[in-house]
Amino acid sequence: MSWGTTDTSALEAAQSAGRVNIRRILLLVGWAIILLSAVRWVTAEPELTSSNTSGAALRLAVPILLAALGGIYSERTGVANIGLEGMMILGTWFGAWGGWQYGAWWGVGLGVAGGAAGALVHAVATVNFGVNQIVSGVAINILAAGVARFLSVVAFTGAGGGATQSPQVTSQLPRLTVPVLAGGELFGWQSPDALGWLERQHWFLLSDVGALFRGFMVDLSILTLISLLLVPATWFFLWRTRLGLRMRSGGENPWAAESLGVRVYTVKYIGVLISGALAGLAGAFLVLEAAGIYREGQTGGRGFIGLAAMIFGNWRPSGALAAAGLFGYTDALNLRSAQAVHALLLFVAVALVALGSWYLYKRRIFGGVLSLLLGGLTFVWFTVSDTVPRQFVFITPYVATLLVLAVASQQLRMPTYDGVTFRKGSQIS
Amino acid sequence: MSGTKLRIALLWLLVPVSAIVLAFAVSSIALLAIGADPVAAFSSMASYGMKPSSLVSTINRAVPLFVAGLAVAIGFKMNLFNIGVEGQYRLATLFAAAAGAAVTLPAPLHIVFIMLVGMVTGAAWASIAAILKVKRGVHEVVSTIMLNSIATGLGAYLLSNHLRKPAVGSELLIATPPIPKSGWLPALAVIGGEELRSFLLIAVVLGIAVYMLIWRTRFGYDLRASGINPDAARASGVDPDRMVMRTMLISGGIAGLIGMSDLFGFFHAYTLDLPTGLGFEGIAVALVGLNHPVGVAIAALLFGWLDRASQILDLEGIPKEVITITKGVTILSVVIAYEVVKRLVQAQQIKAAAEATRELEVQEEAVAA
Amino acid sequence: MVERAAAVELKGITKTFPGVIANDDVNLTVRRGEIHAVVGENGAGKSTLMKILYGMLRPDSGSISVDGSEVHFRTPKDAIASGIGMVHQHFMLATNFTVLENVVLGSEPSHAGVIDLGAARERIRELSESYGAALDPDRLTEDLAVGERQRVEIVKVLYRGAQILILDEPTAVLVPQEVEELFRHLRELKAQGVTIIFISHKLDEVLEIADSITVIRAGRTVTTVDPADVTARQLAELMVGSELPTPETRESTVTDEVVLSVRGLGVLVGERWALKDATFDIHKGEIVGIAGVEGNGQRELVEALMGLRKPDAGTISLAGTDVTQWPTRQRRENGIGYIPEDRQGRGLLLPSPLWENTMLGHQTLYPFSRGPWVNKRGAREQTEHLISEYHVMTPGPDTPALALSGGNQQKLIVGREMTAWPKLLIAAQPTRGIDVGAQAAVWEQIREARAAGLALLLISADLEELIGLSDTLYVILRGSLVAKLDPATVTPQELGSYMTGAQEAASA
Repeated sequence: MSWGTTDTSALEAAQSAGRVNIRRILLLVGWAIILLSAVRWVTAEPELTSSNTSGAALRLAVPILLAALGGIYSERTGVANIGLEGMMILGTWFGAWGGWQYGAWWGVGLGVAGGAAGALVHAVATVNFGVNQIVSGVAINILAAGVARFLSVVAFTGAGGGATQSPQVTSQLPRLTVPVLAGGELFGWQSPDALGWLERQHWFLLSDVGALFRGFMVDLSILTLISLLLVPATWFFLWRTRLGLRMRSGGENPWAAESLGVRVYTVKYIGVLISGALAGLAGAFLVLEAAGIYREGQTGGRGFIGLAAMIFGNWRPSGALAAAGLFGYTDALNLRSAQAVHALLLFVAVALVALGSWYLYKRRIFGGVLSLLLGGLTFVWFTVSDTVPRQFVFITPYVATLLVLAVASQQLRMPTYDGVTFRKGSQIS
Repeated sequence: MSGTKLRIALLWLLVPVSAIVLAFAVSSIALLAIGADPVAAFSSMASYGMKPSSLVSTINRAVPLFVAGLAVAIGFKMNLFNIGVEGQYRLATLFAAAAGAAVTLPAPLHIVFIMLVGMVTGAAWASIAAILKVKRGVHEVVSTIMLNSIATGLGAYLLSNHLRKPAVGSELLIATPPIPKSGWLPALAVIGGEELRSFLLIAVVLGIAVYMLIWRTRFGYDLRASGINPDAARASGVDPDRMVMRTMLISGGIAGLIGMSDLFGFFHAYTLDLPTGLGFEGIAVALVGLNHPVGVAIAALLFGWLDRASQILDLEGIPKEVITITKGVTILSVVIAYEVVKRLVQAQQIKAAAEATRELEVQEEAVAA
Repeated sequence: MVERAAAVELKGITKTFPGVIANDDVNLTVRRGEIHAVVGENGAGKSTLMKILYGMLRPDSGSISVDGSEVHFRTPKDAIASGIGMVHQHFMLATNFTVLENVVLGSEPSHAGVIDLGAARERIRELSESYGAALDPDRLTEDLAVGERQRVEIVKVLYRGAQILILDEPTAVLVPQEVEELFRHLRELKAQGVTIIFISHKLDEVLEIADSITVIRAGRTVTTVDPADVTARQLAELMVGSELPTPETRESTVTDEVVLSVRGLGVLVGERWALKDATFDIHKGEIVGIAGVEGNGQRELVEALMGLRKPDAGTISLAGTDVTQWPTRQRRENGIGYIPEDRQGRGLLLPSPLWENTMLGHQTLYPFSRGPWVNKRGAREQTEHLISEYHVMTPGPDTPALALSGGNQQKLIVGREMTAWPKLLIAAQPTRGIDVGAQAAVWEQIREARAAGLALLLISADLEELIGLSDTLYVILRGSLVAKLDPATVTPQELGSYMTGAQEAASA
C-alpha cells in the first residue's frame, strides 16, 4: 500500500497481474475444512470444530467484519481510514449509553451516529483541507479515546459505572435459534436439534460440517444477521449501482471521474461517512451483543484488525468476510480451549507442508523450502509441547496478517489512488 | 521584505494560536455542558500547575513524551509512519531492564549498557517493518500496528515465563529482577518534594543530536529531501530502500529510549506499573510539534503540564478527563491549521519574491541605462 | 456539391500566457466528415488550440463555431454537449475498471440507481462494432493493450454522442500494427459521418490518413493543404520553418577521448521498446545533440543514463568504466551532471531555500558538505555566486525555490550543474522557459565549458539550440536513433523530415 505517497506512476506500475480467484478460495476453504476435520479426529479435540466454537467465531468475527467493510467503503473512494478504531470507540460508548438510557435499538442507532460523527471530522480534514490521511486518522483515534473517557466520567460516574466503564446495559437485541436444525423454539414448541445430534456422532467431516453450521444457527443475533447481509449488499451497492461506480472511481482515477462530471469530493464524503457508521455499528455490537457493558479499551485494536482483514480480503466484501471469519475463528478457539489451540498447531504444520510441496512443484524453491521448514518446526512444536502459551495465541491474528501481507502484497490489488490526496481541479493535461 | 517576514511569522503563529483557542473553546463547551465553570477550572489548573512541584512533575512526564515524539518525528519527516513506537519501546524497556539486572558494571557503563540494549531492541523491532516495506512492499502503518500487538504478546510471554524475577513468598508481583544501584540515575534535584529525574539531561542531548542529524548532516539532508520530493531525491542520488531502512532503525532506536527516564529514575525494573501508551502519545506530540525537536519539546511540555495540572480538577468535582478532549482537539486543529497556513505562507513567499525580483530588474535597467 | 457549414470553425483565436503567445490569430476550418490533421512542433500551439476547442481553456479573443452556430465553452461539459469529444494523449482510464465501467462512468444507464448493465453492454458493442473495433465490455482495462485502451477512449467519447472527435497525438504510444488498426477505425468512423481532428507531428502518418492538413508554427496558422498536393519534405519545411540558424563558425573542440560510450541501450515499457538499440559516443569537448519530438524515447534514454531506470539491454561506459549497474549517486559523484526536463518534479525541492537546492545532486561533495556535515556557509556562498553569475533574479539564497519564476528556477539548476564541473552533463531541455537573454548567456557558458573539456548530451526540442550548440546531431524517432547529421550542413527539410518520419515516407 502506499497511503500518503504522491508517486502515482510508481503506484500504477505496482499493479501487477494475479487477481484473487473466487473459485480458488472456495476450493481452499473446502480443503481447509477437510483438514481441520481430520486433525480433530486425530487429536480428539472436539472444540476445533464444535458448534460452540463456530458460534463464538461468528460473534467475534462480526466487529472485525464491520470494520473491514467500513474500510472498504472509505478506501474504495480513495480515502485511507486509519481512524476506524476511534470511530469504533465512539460506537461502543454511544452504543452503551443509548442502550442503557433508552434501549438496545437506540444504542445501535446512536452507536452508528457516533461513528459517523468521527468520520465527518476525518472527511473534512482530509477532503477539504488536504490533511494527510494517516495523520488525520491517528488524530481521530486519540480524540475519540479522549471524548469517550470524558463522556464516561460525565455520564456514568455515580450511576453504576465510572470513568472506564458504563453501568450494565440490560436491554438486549432479539436473538434467534433456528428451529428443527438447531433446536430453536417454534411457537412455544421445542423443536428437535438435528444438527446437534449430528455433531454428537463425531463422524469425520459430516459431523464437523454440521457442527459448523449449527454454530451459526444458535442464538443468532439480529445484528449478526444484518452484518452478514451487509456483505452481499456492499457488493451490490459498490459494483452494481451508479453511486457505487462513482464512489469507486474516486479511488481508481479521480481525475478521470472529475473530467466526466463526477462529484469526487461528494463521493469521498459518502464513503468516509459510511465507513464511520459501520465502525460505529461494530462498536455498538461489541457492547450490546458481546459484553453488555462499555469498558475502556473494549475495542482492543479491532479497528486495525479490520483494516488488516480488508487488505487480506483484497478490498472486496467477500474477502473481508473470509478474513474476518479466520480471525474470529482463532480468537474463538483461544477463548474456548487451550488444548484446541494446541491441536491447531498440527493443522498449521500440515498446511505448511502442503503449501511447501506446492511451491516446490511450482519450482519456487525458496518459498517451498521455507514453508517445509516452518511446517516441520511447527510439527515438532506440536509434539513436544502440551499447550500453546496464551500470549502466543493472542498474537495469532496479527502474525497472520503480517504473513499474508508479506507474502501476498504483490498480488493484492488496492484501489489505484487509495491514500492519494485529490484536489479539485488539479487536472494536469 | 521584512514586512513579508513578519507576515509569514505571524501566519505560522496562527497554527499554535488557533489550536490553543480551539482547544480551550471546545473544552470550555464540554465543561459548560456538564455544569462546570471553565474559568474556575482553568484558573485552578493554572495555579496548581505552576507550583514548583508541579513543574518538576511536568518535566518528568514530558521527557519520555519528548523522546517518543522525536522517534516518531524522524519518520514523519520522511513520510514514514512509524506507528510502532509503542511496541518498540515496550519491548526495549523490557529487554533493557532484564539485561540491566543481569549484569553489574561500574556506574556510568551500566547506564550506557542499559541504554544500548534498549536502543538495539527498539531498532531491531522496527527493522522488521522496514524489511517488510523494502522487500515486500508492505505499508509500514499496518505492519507497525500489527507489530505493536505482537510485541505486547511477546513481551508478556517473555516476562511471565522467562524474564521475571523469582517470586518471594506469596508475592504476586510480575516484574524483572531489580537493577543494581549502579544502573540507577540519581535525581537532579528535589523541588517541592518531587524528584527531577536526571534522564532529562540525556534527553536534551538527544534532542540536540536529532536536530543536528536532520538539519546539519548529509544524511539528514537526504532524509528531508526524500520527504519533500522523493523523485528529486532519487535523481540526486538517494537510494530509497536504504533510506527507509536507516530511518526506521534510527526511529526504532530512539523509541528504545522512551522508557529509560522512568526506568532509571523510579522503577528500576520492568513492572506492570510502567506507564504505557507513551508511544501513541508520542505520535500526538510529534504532530503537534510539527516534527521539529523544538516543537516536539514544547508539545511534550504542554501535554505533560496538562496531565499534571488537571489532577487538581478532581478535587473540585470537575472530571479531569476533559483534558483528553483538549489534547485531541489540539492535535486536530494543529494539523488542519498547518495545511491552511502552509498554503497561505507559500502564496506570501511567491508574492514577496516576485516583488523583490521586479525591484531588482528595475535596478538593473537603471544601471544599464 | 452542396455547401454545408463547416463542422468546426475557429476564427482569429488568440491565447496568451504570461510571457508567451500560445496562439496568435489562429484560423482553422474543419469540414464535416473529414479527417483533418493539425501538425506542428512542440510548443507550436496545437495543444493550446485543442484545449480551447474542447472547453478546457478560454481564448482571449476569437470565435468558435460548431456547425455554423457560434458557441462559447466554459467547461469541457459544454463542448461535450456540442458533440465534441477529446481523446487525450495520456489516457484517462481507471485500469481496475472494466471497459464498460470506464465508458459509462458519469453517464450510466440506470433504473432507480442500479446500473443497467445489459443496456450498457449492448450500446458499447454496438458502438465499437460500428467502426470495426469490437470491444468486450467486461474485460478489465488493465488487460488491454495500449491500442485497445485507445479504443475504449474513443468509445467513451462516442458513447456521449460525439460527432467531432479530437485525437491528441494518438499514435504516440502505439506500435506500427496498432497504428494501422487505428487508421482503419478512423476511416470507418469517417464513413459514418464523424468528423475527426487529428493532432500529430508524424508527417508520414498524417499524409496517409488525413484529408486535409493545417500546419501551425510558433502559434500561427501557416497554411492548410491537401495531402495530395504536398510532399513530406515540403510539409516538414512548413512545420520547421525555412530558415535554420547558421551555427557560428568556430574551432572544433572535440577531442579523441571518449567520455561516454553507449552500446545497444534499450528500455522496455510494457511490451514496447521505448528505446531501442541506442549506440553512440560522446567525446571530451563534444556536444552531442539529440533532436526529436518529445515522447520518442528521450526520457527513457536519460533515465537509463542517470541510473533512474534499469536498461533492458545494452551497456553504458563512462571514461572506459562500465557503469551500467552503478547506482545514481555513484554516477553523480563520478562526474555525471543532470539538468532534468521536469525541473519542479525532478530538479528542485520547492519549499526549501535556494541554498539547499544548490546542493541537490551534489550534497556529498565539497563545498556542500564536509565529511558527514552539511556546509551551510559553503552552500550559501556557492548559491550567491550562482545567483550573480547566472543572473538568477531572487532576493537571496534563503528564498524558497517555489518563489522563483520558472525561468529563474531553470537558471539556478543550469548553474548548479555547470559549476560542478562534471565530466559529462546530460541536459534535457536546458533552456526551456528562459528568456532570450538568459538563454544566450547559458549557451555561452555551455560553449566555454565545452572548450574546457566538458562532454554534453543535449536533448532539446529547440532546433536553434540544437543546431547552434551541437557538434554531432542525432535524430530520435520511435525509440531509435534514425540519423546522424552534421549540424553545420544539415538542411531544415532534412532535419524536419527525420524528426517526423517524412524521410521514411519519402523513401518508401
